[in-house]
Amino acid sequence: MIAVLRDLFRYNGEFAIGCVIMAIILGLAVASFFSPYEPIDSYVVALDAPPSLEYIFGTNSRGQDIFWQLTFAIRNTLAFGFIVALISRILSLTIGLISGYVGGIVDRILMSINDTFIVIPLFPLLVLLYFVLRDDMTWFVLALVMAGLGWAYDARLIRSVMISLRTREFTNTSVFSGMSMPRIVTQEHLPYVLPIVFSTFMNNMNWSIGLEVTLAVLGFTDVDTPTVGGMIFWANQHSAMVSGVWWWYFFPTLFVTLTFIGLFLLAISMNEYIDPRSRLDRMGNS
Amino acid sequence: MTQIPVSAGNGHAHVLETSNLRAYYRMKYFGIDREVRAVDGISIHVRKHEIYGIAGESSCGKTTFIKAIAAAIRPPLEIVGGQVKYSFIDDDLYALPPARRAAIRWRHLSYILQGSMNVLNPVRRIHKTFEDFAFRHMHLPRAEFDQEVRRHLERLRLPAEILRSYPHELSGGMRQRVCIALATLCRPEFIIADEPTTALDVVVQKDVLAMIRETQHEFNSSMIFVTHDLTVHANITDRLGIMYAGRLVEEGRTADVFANPLHPYTAHLIASLPTIGDRHTRDGLHGTPPNLADPPKGCRFHPRCPLAMEICRHENPALTTLAEDHKVACFAASSDVLPTPDEKPNQPEELETER
Amino acid sequence: MRSYAIYVAKRILQFALVVFVGISITFLITHLTPIDPVEHAVAQVSTFGFSSPESIELLRQSLKELYGVGDNLWEEYLIFWRRLAMLDFGPSLSAFPTPVSELIGRAIPWTIGLLTVSTLLSWFIGNVLGGLAGYYSRNRILRVLGMIMMGLHPVPYYIVAFVLLIVFTFLLPILPSSGGYEMNLRTGWTPQFVGSVLMHSILPSLSLILVGVGSWFMGMRALVSNIVTDDYVTYAALAGVPDKKLVTSYVMRNAFLPQITGLAMSIGAIFNGAVITEQVFGYPGIGRLLVEAVHAADYSLVLGITSIAIIAVSAAVFIIDIIYPLIDPRVQVSQ
Repeated sequence: MIAVLRDLFRYNGEFAIGCVIMAIILGLAVASFFSPYEPIDSYVVALDAPPSLEYIFGTNSRGQDIFWQLTFAIRNTLAFGFIVALISRILSLTIGLISGYVGGIVDRILMSINDTFIVIPLFPLLVLLYFVLRDDMTWFVLALVMAGLGWAYDARLIRSVMISLRTREFTNTSVFSGMSMPRIVTQEHLPYVLPIVFSTFMNNMNWSIGLEVTLAVLGFTDVDTPTVGGMIFWANQHSAMVSGVWWWYFFPTLFVTLTFIGLFLLAISMNEYIDPRSRLDRMGNS
Repeated sequence: MTQIPVSAGNGHAHVLETSNLRAYYRMKYFGIDREVRAVDGISIHVRKHEIYGIAGESSCGKTTFIKAIAAAIRPPLEIVGGQVKYSFIDDDLYALPPARRAAIRWRHLSYILQGSMNVLNPVRRIHKTFEDFAFRHMHLPRAEFDQEVRRHLERLRLPAEILRSYPHELSGGMRQRVCIALATLCRPEFIIADEPTTALDVVVQKDVLAMIRETQHEFNSSMIFVTHDLTVHANITDRLGIMYAGRLVEEGRTADVFANPLHPYTAHLIASLPTIGDRHTRDGLHGTPPNLADPPKGCRFHPRCPLAMEICRHENPALTTLAEDHKVACFAASSDVLPTPDEKPNQPEELETER
Repeated sequence: MRSYAIYVAKRILQFALVVFVGISITFLITHLTPIDPVEHAVAQVSTFGFSSPESIELLRQSLKELYGVGDNLWEEYLIFWRRLAMLDFGPSLSAFPTPVSELIGRAIPWTIGLLTVSTLLSWFIGNVLGGLAGYYSRNRILRVLGMIMMGLHPVPYYIVAFVLLIVFTFLLPILPSSGGYEMNLRTGWTPQFVGSVLMHSILPSLSLILVGVGSWFMGMRALVSNIVTDDYVTYAALAGVPDKKLVTSYVMRNAFLPQITGLAMSIGAIFNGAVITEQVFGYPGIGRLLVEAVHAADYSLVLGITSIAIIAVSAAVFIIDIIYPLIDPRVQVSQ
């Protein structure tokens, strides 16, 4: 495993860049624990100071140091994406496995429900939910709801992988050699499925963070918990662009974009690890 | 049908001649250079109107050899040495500009591939495929071309309705017959058949073989016929070459090779055929075919050979004519077989490759 | 033809299921509310103090039916469906007493126009370029393009829209920053009006295209690099089928088909993006209407837009689904 990671790092540019970006992002998130300020502190530093040695990312119109504010925001945003991805992976793995293995009528029913969730536009539903819950719509409730709605696409993917694994030779061999189905699933098949789950994990984090940023920018989340979207929301509230406080937009936007790109690169390099054909293609190019 | 000669066969009676052909897979991945010598110095010739068979286990380099003579080289596969000459071109196949090579395809050189589901474009009707493959070679107005296609199908006793079908609407055997019709429509001088009957069941296989035989005879084509299935070779080929680990180890008239195999590997292959008609050859040899990225020194067969001698471990036996039209590369077969230097090919000159 | 009929029947069932589940979730969410939406809304309208007692009563009635406060839940659910079937969401609170359906009706053409054009364009551009990039995988320009797409793809709609807004209306003010058309123009098929609509649609559709194109590009590139190794492409290449024909009829044609299904699957996500885009550019579609309705606490309008959005998106998916087998000859047999 470590050897694979080392090789990936050494010879797969996407993986290496993705790792470096994510290391920076994680470093920022960890830095939040050493922040001299509390996340909700405001008017603790000079207002609207441009980036300087003292405030490397500048300060905003609410008297907050953008660097430290951003460390909290990134920590919360990452944690949000992580929780959504974790819960929705559990859902999609369970449903994909059951559907792929049991097949027949169970498969058809599950996939009908699955396709339904793929088609339903989530955004209006999330807005509606915020509308109804208002202040009860906390960061965690939103994560739960998004996880509950965001599993469908990957469940279908896992199901199709399962179906192809089920029909492969080695499954039959295992069945005939008397292995029980749960053992076959965990010992023979999970190694194939896990990289796919990791890859979809990254993509799902991207998806949930993207939606969260969007909702937050519109003010449809709990804007008192600092998130990257929340920072942009406050910048909008204070018309930062008009008053020329561009750094208030710039740094959150820059780092959230870096997060997206980092996660995405990790996801596609994982795909390459999964799909030997794209590896072959890489050989051809060298 | 009008014949458009590209160049009249220049005197000799060989349609295809390869000399010392080498095609290697060169890969660089995860920092490790790998060179797989899939075709390592093969010289054969195919005579006019002849079906030349190539046999060998899977991964012995048959398919790579086919790719090399068909100019279907894509990285990481590279031609690293030798020549491929056809009677209908004056030059080495790889010396031709891509445009000329494209003009030869199908007109002079056509292919029948393994009859899997996927050889014909699944979303294109059969008549469209005929058009794509052959129209530009026939130099006929559309209506006459269509007529010619129909006449051709009729000659091969195929129903004209198939032209309106999609590939998935036809049976496997029918798809393969369509491919044969497709490959012979332009009356090419040379046809390459790569395991054309392997995916078919036995009864259909027999019919398809008969059809290949008939059309080859009728259109006077020459053919190279590759399959791992020796019983098929016994039925259809005139001469047979046996490949092992990227090299030709024996070559002769099919009947001679079957009656009097000179190479221990050939002898083993033939001995392991239980009865003619059984498609499965049981491999009783100990060991596995060598890793072509790191082939054994000397004769490549020696680690598995029951007759291996000291010299086999160090020297590479030359392919030597021992009887009329019968060659072998084995020190144990005769003392006339001499060593040949195990050439290390020079670094490849930049060869133009098509994608 | 019979197999196609069965296929369509299945799709209709799926369509019905999507609408059913979507609307039911909507219904459930509105019933999760801890506050009494009807009295909250009525109070809000009353404080503006410009409505007659009759219209307030009318509002209370329709809100009660939509949210069904206090009655039997099952009955409320049925009444909710009946209202929906007649597209009657009662009067809007923020634009009282204009009916919600009228507000939505006014906004929806903008959204449909913007989405149709930008979705089809990004789908087409992304697939063609991605297909070429997959086929000519050694072409340097296409590789650079691939890297740009890869960088652009994971960036969310909001950020792309926002950056475009800053660049083209603030740093380089050549395009209008908001609205669907010039305010002082009369609506109608006049050249000025149409031109103004087009000018105003450039930035919103450009941002939708920029974000959308990446995923099609990469999906198609991956598909094509697989198809290139398929037997029928190898065979046709061996046959010397000209490159142009090979790319179009053999590689692209086959790779486009799964991308049509992909389009159906991503319409929901594209709609999400449109909401943001409309908000950033002040585009008068239903996305913007939705955001405004939330800010104005307009219950009927939010509920109406959500329901309509669910139905419209599923309908778009349904349409793509039933067209698909007419394009792909293999589907009818396998279904």
